Amino acid sequence: MLRFILSRLLQAIPVLLVVITATFLLVRCAPGGPFSAEKAVPPEVVRALEAQYRLDQPIWQQYLSYLGDLARGEFGPSFRYPGRTVNELIAGGLPITAELAFYAMLVAILIGVCAGVIAALRPNTPQDYLPMSAAMLGICMPSFLMGPLLVLVFGIWLEWLPVSGWGELAGDKILPAITLGTGYAAYIARLSRGGMLEVMSQDYIRTARAKGLPERVVVLKHALRGGLIPVVAFLGPAFAGLLSGSFVVETIFQIPGLGRFYVQAAFNRDYTMILGTTVFFATLIVLFNLLADIIAVWINPKMRHQLSRSR
Amino acid sequence: MTLLSVENLAVHFHTRAGQMRAVDGISFSVDHGEILAIVGESGSGKSVACYSLLNLIPQPPGKIESGTALFEGRDLLSMQPDTLRRIRGNEIGIIFQDPMTSLNPYLTVGEQLIEPLLYHRNLNRQQALKRAVTMLDEVGIADPETRIHSYPHEFSGGMRQRVMIAMAMIAEPKLLICDEPTTALDVTIQAQILSLIKALQKRRNIAVIFISHDLAVVAGLADRVAVMKEGRIVETGPVNDIFQNPHSDYTRTLLASIPSGSKPNLPQFCEQPLLVLDRLTTCFPNNSGGWLSRQKADKKAVNEVSLTIQRGEILGLVGESGSGKSTLGRSILQLVPVTRGSVIFDGIDLVGLRQKRMTPLRRRMQMIFQDPYASLNPRMTVFDCLAEPLLYHGLATRRTVTAQVLALMDDVGLARAAIRKYPHEFSGGQRQRIAIGRAIATKPELIIADEPVSALDVTIQAQILALILALVEKHNLTMLFISHDLSVVRYIADRIAVMHRGELVEMAGTETLFANPGHDYSRKLLSAIPALSTNPARSTRPPTELA
Repeated sequence: MLRFILSRLLQAIPVLLVVITATFLLVRCAPGGPFSAEKAVPPEVVRALEAQYRLDQPIWQQYLSYLGDLARGEFGPSFRYPGRTVNELIAGGLPITAELAFYAMLVAILIGVCAGVIAALRPNTPQDYLPMSAAMLGICMPSFLMGPLLVLVFGIWLEWLPVSGWGELAGDKILPAITLGTGYAAYIARLSRGGMLEVMSQDYIRTARAKGLPERVVVLKHALRGGLIPVVAFLGPAFAGLLSGSFVVETIFQIPGLGRFYVQAAFNRDYTMILGTTVFFATLIVLFNLLADIIAVWINPKMRHQLSRSR
Repeated sequence: MTLLSVENLAVHFHTRAGQMRAVDGISFSVDHGEILAIVGESGSGKSVACYSLLNLIPQPPGKIESGTALFEGRDLLSMQPDTLRRIRGNEIGIIFQDPMTSLNPYLTVGEQLIEPLLYHRNLNRQQALKRAVTMLDEVGIADPETRIHSYPHEFSGGMRQRVMIAMAMIAEPKLLICDEPTTALDVTIQAQILSLIKALQKRRNIAVIFISHDLAVVAGLADRVAVMKEGRIVETGPVNDIFQNPHSDYTRTLLASIPSGSKPNLPQFCEQPLLVLDRLTTCFPNNSGGWLSRQKADKKAVNEVSLTIQRGEILGLVGESGSGKSTLGRSILQLVPVTRGSVIFDGIDLVGLRQKRMTPLRRRMQMIFQDPYASLNPRMTVFDCLAEPLLYHGLATRRTVTAQVLALMDDVGLARAAIRKYPHEFSGGQRQRIAIGRAIATKPELIIADEPVSALDVTIQAQILALILALVEKHNLTMLFISHDLSVVRYIADRIAVMHRGELVEMAGTETLFANPGHDYSRKLLSAIPALSTNPARSTRPPTELA
C-alpha cells in the first residue's frame, strides 16, 4: 500500500511541473501586466516595482527562482495586495471554500446516490425516467443559472432563505451548497445508476435472492458496495472540481472564498496569485484522485489483499 | 411421496424480437429423497424452468404464463412474493453453475453463509457463525474457523463451489436444486463435488433436482432423468431406462453424441517432425512477490517441456485449468514471450525470431480459440473474417477472394448464403465453424486448437469434432489439440501428452495411455472421468452398447 501511494506521489511531480510551466508561460503571454494601468505611472516607479518583484530579470531566471520558491512551499508575494503573500491569501480563503465544497459534496452524494439507486431498481419505468431526466437537467443547467433561480424562488418569492453572505445569517449556507452541488448530484446519480444496474445483474445478486433475503438487504448489503465503486472513483476529481469551480457560486452569493480571489487575480494579472492558486488546485486534484483510488482499493477486498501483500 | 409436483409450467420471454417459449408446458415431480436429473442442451429451458419455480428469472422479459408447482401442497407460482421468499434458501436451496461469480466478492464467506440462518431461523450472529463453521467442515473445507473470515477470491473454484453447497444446505432445505454445479470445474474437482452432493443427499435424505448437459455425470448420480429439448420434456424415466432403452430420437442422438472410444481410423503419418520443442519454459512475473522480493522465482507456467509433433499427427494435450496447456500453445506460436528453450518449426527456431521473419511463418501456423463468442470480431462479417488472412498473406487477389471464401465456407459446412452475416447471427457451433475456417484459410501446416469444443453442446461438439477430423485428413494438417476433456481427446488424438503444473508428466499413444497410464497424475485424471458405465449399481448396461 505504502509503495502504491509513494509511486503515485512521484508520478504527480512531472504533472505539477507541466502545470507550473504552462501556467507560467501562459500568463506572461497575456497582454498587459500587473502594473499597467489607465493612469500613466512614472517610468521610474514601474522600474522600481518591477525590480522589487524581480520582473526585470530574464524570464528563465524568473521561472527558476519561482521554482526555487515553490520547492520551499513559498508562493511569493501578491502583486495586487501589497504586503500580503499568496500563501496568506490562500490560507484566508481556503477554509470558506472548503466548507462550501464539503456541504455541496454532501448534497451531491445524498441526492445523487439515492436518485441513482432508485432509478436502477426499476430500469426503464417512470421510476427510472423521472430522476434520470431531472439529472440530465441538472447536468445541463449551469450554476450561474441555477443560483439566481434558487435565489428568486427561495430568497425573494418565498422569503425562506437568505440570498447572500457566509456564516452571517441562519441558513445562508443552504442555497450556495445546493447551487454548487446540483450538477455533481446529477452526475453521481447517473454514475450510481450505471453501477447499480451492472451489479444487480451479477450472479451473486441472484444468489442473495435465492437465499431468500429481503430485497432491502439484497440492495443495501449485497449490491450497494459494488455499485458505488464508480461513484467513489469520481469523488476525488469531483471534490477538487468543487473547490476550484466554486468561484461562480462565490460571486453570486458574495462569499469571500478562494474562488473569487482566483478570478480577480486573472483579471488583475496578479502573476504570483494566478500561479499560486493554479499550483495549489493542481496539487489538490492530484491528492484527491489519489485518495479516491485508495478508497476504491479499500472497498474491494481482492485489491486490498493484493496491495497489502506487496507492502 | 411427492415433495414437488410441477404441472404444465410455461415460461415465455417477451422480447422485441418476439416471444420465446423458453419453457413450453412441462410437468415433472420429485419425491422425498430422490435425485431427479434434468438434462438438455443449452437453451432447452432446463435452468429457466427451475429458476421460475423460485421466481428467480428476470421479469420482464420473462413471464410465467401458466402452470402450478405444488411444494408440499402449496403452489409456489401463485404464492405471495414474501411467502415465497421465506421458502427460498430455507426449504429450497439452490447451487448455481459458476462458483467464481455466484459469491459476493465484497463480503466474507462467513457473512454470506450465515444469512439464511439470520433471516429464516432467527439465530443470532454467534450461533449462526458456529453453525457455519460446522457446515464448512461438513463440505470439506479445512480449517473452517479461519477460513470463514476469508473472502471468496481467496478460494479456488472447487472450494467456492463447496462454499456454495454449504450455503444452500445450511438452513437444511428439503429440496436442493443444482444448476450445472460442476460444469465450470476441472474433471478431478468435478468428481469430488459430485460425491459431496451425493453424500450430503444420502445423509440428510433430501430431494435433489440436478440440472446438467452432461449425460455421463447424470448417469452416475440420478434416480430419474427428464430429457428436455426446446422447452419441452421429451422423455422421462428411471435412469437405467433412459440410458439403455431410450424412447425418443432426441435422447438417442444425445447418447450417440457422447465421444466414446478412440479415433475411428488411425491415419498413417510419416515419421517427419514438423514441430520440436526443446526444454521450452515460459515464466510469468510473479507480482505478488512485491518490490523487495522481486528476485523470487517467477511463476513457471510452462516448465522445461520437450516434445515432438510429426507431420499429419493430432497430438492431444490434456491437463486441468492452470496446468499451463494454453500457455504452451501460445508459447509455440510466440503469442507470449518465451523465457528459455526453443520451438523448432520445420527446422526454424521461432524463439527470438524478428517480426519480419515471423510474419510469413504465421501463415503456416494458426490457432483456434475456445470461445467462439469472444474470439470473432463482432463488427466483421463472415466474408471480412475469412478474406482478411487471405488478402493479408497475399493468397488471394480482390478478384479471386470471393470465390476462395465461398470454397472455405463449403469446407467448414457453412451455408454460402450466410457470407454477409455477422457473428451474432450464428449459433455457437456455426461460429466455431467460422473460426475454424479462418484458421485454415491460409492453408497452414500446424493448427493449435485450444479447447475448441469446450463451449459447445454435446451434439454440436460431435459435429465439430467430425469436421476437424475431416479437415485434418483433407488438408493434411498437423494439430495440437488442447482440452481438459479426456473423452474428447481420446476420440480425436493419435497421441496424448499430459500436463500437470507446467510440466509434461506423460506422453503416450492414445490407447496406450488409456489402457495403462504410466504416471500417478494420469491415473488420477482418468479415474475422475464420469463414464456412463462406472456405476454398476445404477447402470447395468454393458459399456459396449453405447458405441
